Amino acid sequence: MMNDITAPLRQDEKAVLLLRNLYEQYGYKKYKMSKFENYELYLENKSFLASEKIVTFTDPRGKLLALKPDITLSIVKNAPKEIEGTYKVYYDENVYRAGAAGDDNIKEIMQVGIELIGNVDLYSEGEVLTLAARSLKSISENSIIGISHMGLISALISEAGLEGESASKAGKALADKNVHSLRELCGERSEKLEKLAMLYGPLDKAIDELKRVCNTESCKAAIAELEELTKVLFAMGEADTFVLDFSVSNDMNYYNGITFQGFIDGIPRHVLSGGRYDALVRKTGLDADAIGFAVYPDILERFNTGERGFDVDVLLVYDKNADASEIAKAVEKIKSRGKKVCAMPDASNCRPTYKELVRFN
Amino acid sequence: MKRMINIALPKGRLGERAYKIFEEIGYGCPEVMENSRKLIFENEENGVRYFWAKPSDVAIYVERGAADVGIVGKDILLEGGHDVYELLDLKMGKCRMAVAGPAGKRPDSEKTLRVATKFTHITREYFEKKGRDIDIIKLNGSIEIAPLLDLSDVIVDIVETGKTLYENNLEPYETIVPISARFVANKAAYRFKRDEINLMVEKISEKIN
Repeated sequence: MMNDITAPLRQDEKAVLLLRNLYEQYGYKKYKMSKFENYELYLENKSFLASEKIVTFTDPRGKLLALKPDITLSIVKNAPKEIEGTYKVYYDENVYRAGAAGDDNIKEIMQVGIELIGNVDLYSEGEVLTLAARSLKSISENSIIGISHMGLISALISEAGLEGESASKAGKALADKNVHSLRELCGERSEKLEKLAMLYGPLDKAIDELKRVCNTESCKAAIAELEELTKVLFAMGEADTFVLDFSVSNDMNYYNGITFQGFIDGIPRHVLSGGRYDALVRKTGLDADAIGFAVYPDILERFNTGERGFDVDVLLVYDKNADASEIAKAVEKIKSRGKKVCAMPDASNCRPTYKELVRFN
Repeated sequence: MKRMINIALPKGRLGERAYKIFEEIGYGCPEVMENSRKLIFENEENGVRYFWAKPSDVAIYVERGAADVGIVGKDILLEGGHDVYELLDLKMGKCRMAVAGPAGKRPDSEKTLRVATKFTHITREYFEKKGRDIDIIKLNGSIEIAPLLDLSDVIVDIVETGKTLYENNLEPYETIVPISARFVANKAAYRFKRDEINLMVEKISEKIN
């Protein structure tokens, strides 16, 4: 009987394999990195990180290092200094940072993703979005990616006369679809932002709607970009996964242009997040654009596993005086029937869960 | 296909008032208000499933997807920084977050201000903006007693009518932020049960405005 060698893998581990295979098919090269980086790198770009909690330690020469809380920064830092065309990489790494809000403990978080640095043209953007859509589809048929445009958001926020703290409050209100707070913040000038907050739908229809909401010069370029991108996504056959949704947003200091978040039905928070981050790349002195995304397979751990299965089919417990080669024969016999078997001495206190118990005397 | 909406209600008067609204706009589930030992109440016909939660936990249930939507005070949202959609201001349970202290006095501005509160995050942020050095004393209840026993100089707490404060010879000094109940939704659930949640928002909004 042929063994399915992926059978022992957990849902998240299987997803990682599928994703790696997907990115390889589009010519992305695996990026391998060290577990730690100079702390300085993160200190300089603190607000780019999802959490400020970082594990640091000193190396034997007294240099302050950090267990990497983020991968994009390292890839950008180590990218070729002069890129002609595009530099495409993917990664499958663990990062170390604090968990969700209110949880201060440092966690090891699995992250898989791609980065495309260099001349980011329309095709490249379309390809990255297509890979994002297919990443989610490889996990579940029922997925949605919300896409928005940071350039357009910041144009409308400044058009409403907001800056500094009130601008970031408006950004937060937009992200929370909090229309009443937008109204408080901008008074009579809140109409466009209110409409933007509630705008939601398939790309082609929603873009038509968007054109009616904002018609100023500063928005035109962003809308044209979204329109062209929609055409590419239709050509790739992936447009149906996307919706226009301006509650998707990212830090304006690092992200510009399109930004997106992916959801899977049955998982309570986003499992994919990405966008255009030229501003970050420029900060490191590189003359290039960049776009990328990350998938968080950890979240899949509890997804769609159905009834919890047993660790093994058969638990074989043997007496301490039993003959080792007889035990071996018994194990192989059970195994040859295509069953998972675990053999343990009688007194073991760390037994796996099992369907059937077999005693061997 | 219509999908069930899971609703987290805050235990207490606010939750009961909120449920009345749900009932009036067609999401009734009579068992909810009955005194029983049941924890979860379902009305398949109306497509809703309710459960009662400690008011300060509602946002967590929603953020983590155990409830699709919920009713929660703005104070809880500000304190916890929960990642949820805040779809409506229900304009119920109105009150304010305020700094209060002994009536007729103001704390010495040269000393570190001792502040007793349940809301440490809101407090820290507020005084940071003012550039005031503070010492936060985290309490879980009966905050008003702290300045009376000289445990703190002031308190940061929710003030509704101010009656408890005045009875204890305290008074509100300044308002930090007005508070009211909000209708919140889980960000993923909103996408996959969008029609159902939007219909609910529309009906509530018609009812309260």
